[in-house]
Amino acid sequence: MSSDSASLDMPSEDPGVQLTSRQHVTGFGFYLYLLSDGILFAALFAAFAVLRTATDGGPDGHMLFSARNAFVETACLLTSSFTCGIAMLACDRRNKFVALIGFLVTAVLGIAFLTLEIHEFSDLMAKGYGPDRSAFLSSFFTLVGTHGLHVTCGILWLGVLLVQFLLRGFTPAILRRFLCLSLFWHVLDVVWIGVFTFVYLVGGYL
Amino acid sequence: MTAQQRHDPRRGDASTPGLEGRQAHGSLRGYITGYVLAGALTIAAFAIAPSTGMAPFSVVAALAVLAIAQMLVHLIFFLHINTAPAQKTNVLAFAAAILIIAIVVIGSIWIMGHLNRNMLPMDHLMQMQR
Repeated sequence: MSSDSASLDMPSEDPGVQLTSRQHVTGFGFYLYLLSDGILFAALFAAFAVLRTATDGGPDGHMLFSARNAFVETACLLTSSFTCGIAMLACDRRNKFVALIGFLVTAVLGIAFLTLEIHEFSDLMAKGYGPDRSAFLSSFFTLVGTHGLHVTCGILWLGVLLVQFLLRGFTPAILRRFLCLSLFWHVLDVVWIGVFTFVYLVGGYL
Repeated sequence: MTAQQRHDPRRGDASTPGLEGRQAHGSLRGYITGYVLAGALTIAAFAIAPSTGMAPFSVVAALAVLAIAQMLVHLIFFLHINTAPAQKTNVLAFAAAILIIAIVVIGSIWIMGHLNRNMLPMDHLMQMQR
């Protein structure tokens, strides 16, 4: 483990320089992807804002959304973002145990969030308020479902990465992947702030 | 140094865009501050939303302000976007994305709102003019 960390942080030979700059370039490229993902979500938010009142005589947000459910989901995602940050700090200090626990808690909270969301979706569909009911519900399912799909991908990614981490330890490649994953996870939380504010609070109460 | 050397991606230095190696992920204090601030802003948003004492428009405005504040807290304390010279490229890319997001969201709501008003069915229009 110590030899791995030496190869990244104390570059005595040219390959060390190469690895550090690879992390810079990958981090920046992934950051650009995340910005474009933000634009994707902006388009879905705009669609939701436009179609919010197009309920076709069906139920609107006041009848459907539970602020309590949204609050628990928010707490799960915010705390998972925090534990992800703690795990990244442990990666900086090359503390394998704390990093592992931090990422495991992140994954468990992500799964809890996803379970709540799937439960909410199946509940709505069982009542006949699926995405085919009205334009409002189509845009709701598209926006919140796309976010949920991102969370699902993040959890699968984290699972694969944890297996690699257990097998290989702190290699430069693993650290780079954890960096990208943590950026991805924090951005998902930023998108969720928009979802709970404009879908569940503005849509549910006003 | 030739231009080719300056743009050689393998010669990374402190001003290379992206995130740095060690100590790049902030501090524990930073994460705790961010977590507490974000939690407080979330609770404030959920507390304000059901209030009936305020006009609906002011509640929406308050929620929007709280959401933007919380997004900034996340960007500063969790994503570590700041105004350091080494992050100039990051901040510029971020500003470009914000511009596109603003055009998409504000433009859509604006245009679709006008279309909705100007293309009402005739009987609705008659009722409104009466």
